[in-house]
Amino acid sequence: MSSASRSRVPTPAFREVLDASDIARALTRIAHEILERNKGSAGVILLGIPTRGVPLATRIAAVMAGVEGVEIATGSLDITMYRDDLRLHPARALEPTDIPTGGIDDATVVLVDDVLFSGRTIRAALDALNDVGRPAAVQLAVLVDRGHRQLPIRADFVGKNLPTSLSETVQVRLREYDDKDAVMISISDASGSR
Amino acid sequence: MKHHLLSSADLTREDALLVLDTAAELLSLSDRPIKKLPTLRGRTVVNLFFEDSTRTRISFEAAAKRLSADVINFSAKGSSVSKGESLKDTALTLEAMGADAVVIRHSASGAPHRLANSGWVRSSVVNAGDGTHEHPTQALLDAFTMRRHLGDLDGRRVTIVGDVLHSRVARSNALLLSTLGADVTLVAPPTLLPVGVDTWPVQTSYELDSALDKCDAVMMLRVQAERMDAAFFPSAREYSRRYGLDDRRFRRLQEHAIVMHPGPMNRGMEISADVADSARSVIVEQVTNGVAVRMAVLYLLLGGADLSRTDPPDFDPPKAEVVS
Repeated sequence: MSSASRSRVPTPAFREVLDASDIARALTRIAHEILERNKGSAGVILLGIPTRGVPLATRIAAVMAGVEGVEIATGSLDITMYRDDLRLHPARALEPTDIPTGGIDDATVVLVDDVLFSGRTIRAALDALNDVGRPAAVQLAVLVDRGHRQLPIRADFVGKNLPTSLSETVQVRLREYDDKDAVMISISDASGSR
Repeated sequence: MKHHLLSSADLTREDALLVLDTAAELLSLSDRPIKKLPTLRGRTVVNLFFEDSTRTRISFEAAAKRLSADVINFSAKGSSVSKGESLKDTALTLEAMGADAVVIRHSASGAPHRLANSGWVRSSVVNAGDGTHEHPTQALLDAFTMRRHLGDLDGRRVTIVGDVLHSRVARSNALLLSTLGADVTLVAPPTLLPVGVDTWPVQTSYELDSALDKCDAVMMLRVQAERMDAAFFPSAREYSRRYGLDDRRFRRLQEHAIVMHPGPMNRGMEISADVADSARSVIVEQVTNGVAVRMAVLYLLLGGADLSRTDPPDFDPPKAEVVS
């Protein structure tokens, strides 16, 4: 670690917090909790927030479909145009927004994201949802809640509560985009440069 | 993306694909109940039109409004330009009003370049057609429309037919399509090909029939009588016979080939009414796509932090003596 802090741009060392089977178990539990809370899957739509929320939504929907024996509507909701920090970065490329046919009016929308941190992404997602339709209820499922909220937002379904310090980085890796399923956390460094 | 969009030549392949991919996501907005995004709230877009235009101005206006920008429309008629105000003084007025982007159409080639590089304004400048020079957003929407029908444009054959000499659409398309890997053939009578066309990344032909067989898209250009100060061809009838897209030529096209026209059309001149209204004509779709493409351009120019948005070296803040 001391060698890492000596190099000018330290590559953070990561420690695995959840492995593939931990993630699978967490998603299965979330799927059951969603069904329990909503007394079944009727009128439930899962919307993943790109990029890694989308495959998580698909996986949760697959578990729910296995339990209920019906297909669960899933989609994706890009929040780029609704971010409050757009002007702090160069313009970003957009991610796909894919709303299931029939829309979200009067449905129970479960937003799915990988990490819940400041809550700003979810605020943007709620704004985006508002322009798409008027759901009966909105719930939030996240794989990891790492704390440090900056807005009054909480998750309904949490895979793992992960206490972190602000200097740490949480990384979710998923088969769909990365080499394997894992949740990694940077090993905190005393010099603490983000 | 850069700070301005003045020419198709400014766009690298990556830039162009970013615009087209962004536009593809924005196109789905037109199916939504609320066709609006909050992205450019509080930004001001000025449409500065020194030349008549219907679809381009409306298209830019719709694009800016769907991104929640404030739009100020300025047309030369009914403004101080008719009292003799110069481009510079108009520009200083806009700067004083705090415009974030200026969309300019001008009959003089190079006017947008002058506006962008003179130090008169700090805003982004978007070329909406300058003289016979360029019309980059038209080229982007044409490429976007082709991509939706033909997929990747690498190796695709595009034939552009007609008044290339006076066409800013032809030049912008030739540059952009070759950046995207398409093979472009320009077909026109020798009098309507510009000097120096041999330096363009295109092939040229004086004969339409042979250029139709293998092409994937054919783009007909309007004969721009208003820019013609001499006789460029013997008669309209002869032009139409040799370079018009009629039923007979339409049947020669490949099954999947699409017919395009930047508008406004002269039905019966460069394109027959039947062809213009056929199922393979994408002329109306081009207009729809235009809004999405212009939204993408405005978003990419204005939406994020502009790291290059420092005052130009010779920028001199406008003084109070700006003419109203």
